[in-house]
Amino acid sequence: MTLKETLGLSTAAIVLVSTAIYGDKVVSRQARTDRVTVIYWEKWTGDEAKEMRKVVDAFNRSQNRIFVQYLSISGVDTKTMLATAGGNPPDVAGIWLENLYEFSDANALTDLTKMAKANNIGRDYYIKNYWDPLNYQGGLWALPSTPASIALHVRPDLLPSDVNTPATFPKTIEGLDALVDRVSKKKPNGDLEMAGFLPSNPGWWNWSWGVYFGGSLFDGQNLTLDSKENVRAFDWVASYAKRFGSKEVQSFQSGFGTFASPQDPFMEGKVATELNGVWKANYIRVYKKDLPWFAVPFPYPKDRPDLEGHSNLSQDVLTIPRGAKHPKEAFEFIAYVQTLEVMEGLCSGHGKNSPLAVVTEHFFKNHQNKYIRLFDQLARSPKAFSPPAIGILPQVRDELNVAFQEVSTEQKKPKDALHDAQVRMMALWDTYRSQVLNK
Amino acid sequence: MKKRDARVGILFAMPWILGFLIFLAYPLIASLLYSFTNFSILRPPKFIGVQNFNELFHDQVFYTTLKNTLLYVAGAVPLSTVVAIGLAMLLNTKVKGMAVYRTLFFLPTLVPMVALGTLFLWVFNGDYGLLNEAFHKVHVSPPNWLGDPTWAKWTLILISIWGCGQAMVIYLAGLQDVPVSLYEAAELDGAKAWAKTKHVTLPMISPVIVFNVVMGIIGSLQVFAVPYVMFPGGAPARSTYFYTSYLYDNAFQYQRMGYASAMGWVLFLITLALTMVALKLTDKHVHYEAN
Repeated sequence: MTLKETLGLSTAAIVLVSTAIYGDKVVSRQARTDRVTVIYWEKWTGDEAKEMRKVVDAFNRSQNRIFVQYLSISGVDTKTMLATAGGNPPDVAGIWLENLYEFSDANALTDLTKMAKANNIGRDYYIKNYWDPLNYQGGLWALPSTPASIALHVRPDLLPSDVNTPATFPKTIEGLDALVDRVSKKKPNGDLEMAGFLPSNPGWWNWSWGVYFGGSLFDGQNLTLDSKENVRAFDWVASYAKRFGSKEVQSFQSGFGTFASPQDPFMEGKVATELNGVWKANYIRVYKKDLPWFAVPFPYPKDRPDLEGHSNLSQDVLTIPRGAKHPKEAFEFIAYVQTLEVMEGLCSGHGKNSPLAVVTEHFFKNHQNKYIRLFDQLARSPKAFSPPAIGILPQVRDELNVAFQEVSTEQKKPKDALHDAQVRMMALWDTYRSQVLNK
Repeated sequence: MKKRDARVGILFAMPWILGFLIFLAYPLIASLLYSFTNFSILRPPKFIGVQNFNELFHDQVFYTTLKNTLLYVAGAVPLSTVVAIGLAMLLNTKVKGMAVYRTLFFLPTLVPMVALGTLFLWVFNGDYGLLNEAFHKVHVSPPNWLGDPTWAKWTLILISIWGCGQAMVIYLAGLQDVPVSLYEAAELDGAKAWAKTKHVTLPMISPVIVFNVVMGIIGSLQVFAVPYVMFPGGAPARSTYFYTSYLYDNAFQYQRMGYASAMGWVLFLITLALTMVALKLTDKHVHYEAN
């Protein structure tokens, strides 16, 4: 080997080895070398990301020991999981509540119990319905960033005058169905022109229909996807496929624009009512400011008045992945987000309700959603519910989506679709219990 | 060869050798080992024997995705082959400005898959899509391409034609290799256009057809990006849920890397078997010049 070859090879080897050893120590131009840098990955983009950016900047200005480096990234759940496995996770990861249990079971998160206690952060500080889902298998795995509750959004201008106020709108599902029959319109060729309500729009919470009928998905030991309440809920879903025609609904819905656009079906008047989250007002304000609308709790079955005030709750949460380099500093930032003023500012910016037990009058008065008090009440309702705390939640959610589609397209009867989902998920749950939970 | 020459040769080949060992050989062997383990990425792999394979063969979704994938292969490969050969024949004629036509027909191949998926969401939209607008103009009631489980798979098969430019170029090269003397001899025997195609062109490019069909089968078995963009979760009702999408979901959405590895190896065996069947079936019909 000549001298040139030897030198070339040696240089290449040095570069390779240096990269392998020091690669993770490379400092971004954004980072501050005079402070501890906390890397924070968050899923939000657009306006929601900008609101969190304001919080991060305020935190960075508020002290001189920690610098939070905020990165807005897509697929945050998968990327956090892979980075954690690779031993180089972010210090803070903003994920969805739905990911929390599989992450926890996979030993991917840091238990926040002790740090929360040391910072006087506990159950009494939060609305119970938001605090409880963060606790799983004896640990506290996350704290909220922004939460939400879900309600029925209504276009009064598309309804008869006897039902077009929150007070006169039907309280029961049977009443809603009758109203849908009254107001829905078809074109002369049979195509749908306006639907009073569609269970498949926007179709984000298909797992929850059974709970709106008094059912549940998990009894603490086993899955209960095909319980009689869940079958009843899917029978109700099937009734909409029959009412309008499954092919007509598919064709009608294929013309819907996305929710973050003026072509949103609710804003365009293609649907008179829509189940949606507290954030909906934000989009209405941006895309159709003068749109008349109001929100009411989703109706309950006539024979189950005890379910009045039910709502599906969701949360975006802040976690510290296992192996984070600066967990103490990361928690300091998370604790900062939990302070009353910061949390109300962030939730207000996102157009959401607050997860905190105490809410200031200023928050309610200045919130851009005129029905914010309703969403706050729904979050506190004893009938409010969150997704079940189970590690295979993503699979259960996907399976119920498939069952929902099978029923909506009239490929399967509700009972059969749910039975198939139950059998498949129970087999998976048994495997998960033995392989992951060692039970 | 001198020892020194051999060393230099290996040195020059080293980037490829290292790439092969690190990015192909290691993952290949690792995935085989993982397929016999319970491995969630975050916990160390735990040996569970053939449990993943056993579960796989009892998994209804495995069969659904396999069926969808095989149907896609059965539809997309012949359709793309016919279209690519047809286009190659047209582009092999002596017409002015042929270089421009060849470029135009090849260009779609360069469109990124995600952009392609988004584009076709607009073209095939059941309500305001370009295609259905055309149907409405001629008073034909079109299907809901994306929303109807019966039609969704066929939509993807139709879209597969978009990428046949690559095969078209290879066919074109094959066509240009066919000796003119054979066509002249056929003409002397009174052969017309179809007879020349059947008895000269197709036999002469048969090795190219076999190559493209085999590559098409392998590529179609791995169809992923376009359906993943156009039909999240394989909607409606898993009618467009393909094998590789399910594999990806198991690996990265459900954290079941061991199960996904087992799926990967089963797909490898299926691909191997289909390739061998294709080669065996076409063996007698392929005319190699060497023969």
